[in-house]
Amino acid sequence: MEQARRVISVIVLNEASVLSRIAGLFSGRGYNIESLTVAPIPDSKYSRITIVTAGSIKVVEQIIKQLHKLIPVLKVYEHEDLVEKEMAMVKIPLSESLGDIEALAHAYNGRIVNVGSDTLIVMVADEPMRVGHFLEAIKRFHPKEIVRSGSVALER
Amino acid sequence: MQISGAQMVIEALIAEEVEVIFGYPGGAIMNVYDAIYQQSSFQHVLTRHEQAAVHAAEGYAKASGKVGVAMITSGPGFTNAVTGIADAYMDSVPLVVISGQVPMSLIGTDAFQEIDAVGISRPCTKHNYLVTDAKDLPRILKEAFYLARTGRPGPVHVDIPKDVTAQVALFDYSKEVELETYKPTVKGNMRQIKKAVEAIANAKRPLLYLGGGVISSGAAQLVREFSKMTQIPAVETFMARGTLHHADPLLISMLGMHGSYAANMAMSETDLVIGLGARFDDRVTGKLSEFAKNAQIIHVDIDPASISKLVNAHFPIVGDVKNVVESMMMLAKDQVDPLRYGPWHNTIANFNKLHPLSYTEEGDRLKPQWVVQRIGELLGDDANISTDVGQHQMWTAQFYPFSRPRQWNSSGGLGTMGYGFPAAIGVKRADMDRISVNITGDGSILMNIQELMTAVEYNLPVINVILNNNFLGMVRQWQTMFYDKRHSSTDLSIQPDFVKLAESFGGVGYRVTTKEEFDAALKDAVEKNVVALIDVVVARFENVLPMVPAGGSLFNMMLEYKDK
Ligand SMILES: Cc1ncc(C[n+]2csc(CCOP(=O)(O)OP(=O)(O)O)c2C)c(N)n1
Ligand SMILES: [Mg+2]
Repeated sequence: MEQARRVISVIVLNEASVLSRIAGLFSGRGYNIESLTVAPIPDSKYSRITIVTAGSIKVVEQIIKQLHKLIPVLKVYEHEDLVEKEMAMVKIPLSESLGDIEALAHAYNGRIVNVGSDTLIVMVADEPMRVGHFLEAIKRFHPKEIVRSGSVALER
Repeated sequence: MQISGAQMVIEALIAEEVEVIFGYPGGAIMNVYDAIYQQSSFQHVLTRHEQAAVHAAEGYAKASGKVGVAMITSGPGFTNAVTGIADAYMDSVPLVVISGQVPMSLIGTDAFQEIDAVGISRPCTKHNYLVTDAKDLPRILKEAFYLARTGRPGPVHVDIPKDVTAQVALFDYSKEVELETYKPTVKGNMRQIKKAVEAIANAKRPLLYLGGGVISSGAAQLVREFSKMTQIPAVETFMARGTLHHADPLLISMLGMHGSYAANMAMSETDLVIGLGARFDDRVTGKLSEFAKNAQIIHVDIDPASISKLVNAHFPIVGDVKNVVESMMMLAKDQVDPLRYGPWHNTIANFNKLHPLSYTEEGDRLKPQWVVQRIGELLGDDANISTDVGQHQMWTAQFYPFSRPRQWNSSGGLGTMGYGFPAAIGVKRADMDRISVNITGDGSILMNIQELMTAVEYNLPVINVILNNNFLGMVRQWQTMFYDKRHSSTDLSIQPDFVKLAESFGGVGYRVTTKEEFDAALKDAVEKNVVALIDVVVARFENVLPMVPAGGSLFNMMLEYKDK
């Protein structure tokens, strides 16, 4: 069956065990999680969880239904027409060319955000695929550490 | 009113009109037990193992239609209960399970008898709670009962730290449950229902496929009427036994792995499956790609996640079976011609004639199927029937003449050996006027044998009929058929003296080898009205047939097994 990448948003009650319920559902039923982000929705008692997963249409339908079945879940959307962004930060030795790094970051909606005594940190925020491209390109500056945030998404 | 957390538990149970709970005390739950001691509104039944407490609550819930309640302590008390909780989850049994937990200040310190109970119960409950403040307790307990019984029913676990049971707070149980994120759909979509009824009116070979949801939603009577009005024949899943009366001419039988040939053939030949509260379990469907190949599928279920999970539904209808069937009947009255299915009835009658459910007598050896049938002849509608897990369970599902919903009580989804006896105790407690029989195996009965003591203490006389084949029979059958007769660790030749065992607890025991002895023993056990073990020596190598080998197609049944 055709496996495709899917982005699912889940609006959940902001309570102690809710994340483990979601994560447990994925692991218990053998669904995979590519990335998962979670943060409270301002001025509400809800949080939004954005999950990137891969599966056939049938599997994703099941995931959505099973998510709905969890008591603290308010809404589940599978995004079709969405704006999706991800952030990444990369730590690079100071010995590399600052100007070149700045220029590269700029092309991916980013900039240098911190300069320490012997490393700097550059961040970008862009579509996940483009973040991937950036991380390819940054390799030549000998990155020491990389962190990706996972996707967040909104319906258009 | 300002009361302690422990008293809140009592008040909540009273407000929920609970008349009995099943449990086992220990350190972390002692405050609640102290409050139980000081009340007289409900009975506490002390089982002799926490697993049994939960099974008893399940049996009580299934027989009564109410929410069953079990109470246990932290750590080992809770872990002992997990099998019961998982069993209730798989079979959608409404339960509230209340456990003690170590005090809040000790949580996370690997304290004595501390275990992450909500972490363990999460995947096997409908929902669970760790109560961190007594002021939340009234709301949580009310939600727990509400969640357990509404929507697709299931077990709800409430874990209460010991200091929370001592904490005093305001108790107000009058607030309605308010769960923005939980609103089960009970009324089916009318447009879909109309389309479904049109499909029924146009079908030539429609078939009702009845699942346990028909019984739990209280729709059995309605389904009987629906089937009668439309003259549509029905097959029942294992969980749905008793939905139609055994003598109803429209009831074909049970379908699935050990279903009847006619039921499985009907499913293979039908052009329209009307699935009501059934979930297309792998033990029912056999090979999925071959299942009901010629049919369109109507699937009515309260749980949207059950619909099109395994078999794609052409007419998915989310809703309570009772509501949906009610709507269907209104439309079907004018639209469905009950006379048009004559040829289909003939086809099914032929299937039935070709290979009826049967067994062969062999001299004086008692056949287990005979024993099941005989219990049916002698007790029939007067008995509620529970079972354990194994061959005896399948023979009971095949051969007992069930006459009403909630008469049948067995562990379907989890297949838990040890379920039958404690569950039958719960059934007895729910329906004191009927005889509670547990048809069990020589393996299974030993998995909760300590409950003899509970049955004696609380005067809940269960008649355990042990179909004793000196084997873990169902596993032995698979070893015989698929593992070249290597009977690895399934020979139970070494046995206790079941008669003395029963007597030592204050019950009665019988060892039976002939039909006459069986009749006499059963009659005597009914008269004595104390817990009984009837140890029936049956043919050792009998197999459960017919059989769809795992992963095979329903229409490809093994009808007999010839020893090579
Ligand atoms: C707790 C548990 N352990 C193991 C099994 C696997 N199992 C299924 S049937 C069976 C044999 C049961 O033997 P018995 O109770 O004597 O019944 P019989 O099949 O002989 O009628 C076993 C071991 C199970 N279902 N449950
Ligand atoms: Mg046996």
